[in-house]
Amino acid sequence: MLNRLLSNDYPRSKVLAVILVAILIGLAFAPFLFPGVKALSVAAKVLIFVVLVASFDLLLGYTGIVSFAHTMFFGIGAYGIAVATTRLGPTWTALGVGIGGALLLSLLLSLAVGLFSLRVRAIFFAMITLAVAAAFQTLASQLSDITGGEDGLTFKVPEFLSPSFEPFEEPFLGVTIDGRLICYYLLFVTAVALVLALLRIVNSPFGRVLQAIRENEFRAEAIGYRVVVYRTTSSVLSALFATLAGCMLALWLRYNGPDTSLSFEIMMDCLLIVVIGGMGTIYGSAIGAVLFLVAQSYLQDLLRLGSEAATGLPWLSALLSPDRWLLWLGVLFVLSVYYFPTGVVGRLRAAAARKAA
Amino acid sequence: MSTVTRDFDWKPLALVPALALLVLPFIGSPSTWLTLTVAGLAMGMIIFIIASGLTLVFGLMDVLNFGHGVFIALGAFVATSVLGAMGDYTQSADLWRNLMAVLPAMLVAMAVAGAVGLAFERFIVRPVYGQHLKQILITMGGMIIGEELIKVIWGPAQIPLPLPEAMRGSLLVGDAAIEKYRLIAVAVGLVVFGVLAWTLSRTKVGLLIRAGVQDREMVESLGYRIRRLFVGVFVVGSALAGLGGVMWGLYQQNVIPQMGAQVNVLIFIVIIIGGLGSTGGALIGALLVGLMANYTGFLVPKVALFSNIALMVAILLWRPQGVYPVANR
Repeated sequence: MLNRLLSNDYPRSKVLAVILVAILIGLAFAPFLFPGVKALSVAAKVLIFVVLVASFDLLLGYTGIVSFAHTMFFGIGAYGIAVATTRLGPTWTALGVGIGGALLLSLLLSLAVGLFSLRVRAIFFAMITLAVAAAFQTLASQLSDITGGEDGLTFKVPEFLSPSFEPFEEPFLGVTIDGRLICYYLLFVTAVALVLALLRIVNSPFGRVLQAIRENEFRAEAIGYRVVVYRTTSSVLSALFATLAGCMLALWLRYNGPDTSLSFEIMMDCLLIVVIGGMGTIYGSAIGAVLFLVAQSYLQDLLRLGSEAATGLPWLSALLSPDRWLLWLGVLFVLSVYYFPTGVVGRLRAAAARKAA
Repeated sequence: MSTVTRDFDWKPLALVPALALLVLPFIGSPSTWLTLTVAGLAMGMIIFIIASGLTLVFGLMDVLNFGHGVFIALGAFVATSVLGAMGDYTQSADLWRNLMAVLPAMLVAMAVAGAVGLAFERFIVRPVYGQHLKQILITMGGMIIGEELIKVIWGPAQIPLPLPEAMRGSLLVGDAAIEKYRLIAVAVGLVVFGVLAWTLSRTKVGLLIRAGVQDREMVESLGYRIRRLFVGVFVVGSALAGLGGVMWGLYQQNVIPQMGAQVNVLIFIVIIIGGLGSTGGALIGALLVGLMANYTGFLVPKVALFSNIALMVAILLWRPQGVYPVANR
């Protein structure tokens, strides 16, 4: 049973297994373990990012191509829900239309970008996705009639998922059951299902071909696999999963704007999480997302403290300002690509393999 | 399509006037068209100055530098400091005194960008030679770091970069108003292109660079150190990006730390259109992109960036390796 669920891809390290189980339990019981609104939002954000980053890893880690348009598909998902519920009202039909429309748009767009740029030259893909994502971001903030422009869209979700929905009088284990909690568990189930689906994909024969292409494109082609077809399929799949992650985000925030789902910062976050967690391991995205999102709030506080402590030295204070968070993220990113290319999961697995040998 | 053909391949060159003439009926008024065309050519020349370095770096060493944009922003911000310090020269109505201010600003910007380029090559690019995936990731990281450092030094806000007194205003040609600065930009761009073309085609260094772009191993086996040449090209490319940044800043009359990332997108489109490694291709790509951006900015402003992507798609359907393919990879 477990074998089938994990697609025969076990953590292969005891420490890793323990961490993963801890994360799973922590997320499953987050509303009861970590009370408070903020903790629950962090947990929900972790769920969303696990899916987003795992889908990005399918492209970066397993297929070995870099896309800078991943947040574009994330944004399409979020905008799909936002636009549909604004237009059609807070109904389940609207959600369905939003998700379906977003998936269709992502499918067509990723197919077009993938077929076009991967057919010509794989290295073009990174550049072309960057250009397309930039164009899409501008477009999204300019089509204010549809997307709400820079202000974004605030919308209602179906009654069942909204905070005002409270089916029980009595709190359960000290926590009031409301629509927010139901929404969290909806996200949880979706995230687990999507991550397991991704595991299934990367461990299928199809996933093996992707890895073969990553290792040596020329040989894969020589064996008889159509590299373009596999790469394009991988980019389309990854885009669809990112779209679903975007839908989850919109459902949770009940708001969407260009900065929440399309900004380049989210793209950087994804890159960093994949590298920290370990490229080419779906588990890595879970560990990376937890580490990163917890550190994000923590490190920013730390920077604020450091900046206040260094007020005597203006330049140091400016360097440590919490607004310069991205600077330290960049440094961390470069250092981890140099010295930590296999990420947490890679390190743990290597350590376990050494022990066994 | 071989690169050693004797006959000059004129078809890509004809694209530029073809595009300009094609949009004339859509714009209607010839004077507006002339204004837009000059603006597009000026923008194209600035983009070319920036893109020429990047395309050579890729062609010579197979290094895809996503951090090129940071030198653009760096050059522009250095120029704000230099020009800000030379207030009496920039506010004078005498063109020569203005040039006395702009020229040092450009030289300092190029020097700073070149020096930072040297460090960038040493610490960011060199450890990841031959690994495309890591190159893309690392140089992107370098870009983020550079952009944030610019924010630390000059602040995150937009800084105005006003044109010197005598370069403002426009000349009237018939009914068409042509801004003086755009003519200056075209002139500077032509000078840079001339110097580059002369260096590449008439000097020994240029010969080695062109040979290295075509077949690196062969040049190395003849005893030349391509690596050292490459560092030189990288530094010059960064300095040119700095120069382009100054000109872009003066063109927009303000600078923001994110300008590097914004221009980067255009640069990528240009070098893909031109064929990675080709200077002549970069010139044609830059002119096409500059014209397209100005025409669509006037006709349908909302899709301006998409029009350039569409242009790239159209060109790649015609010549999948860009208009002048050079590098054998």
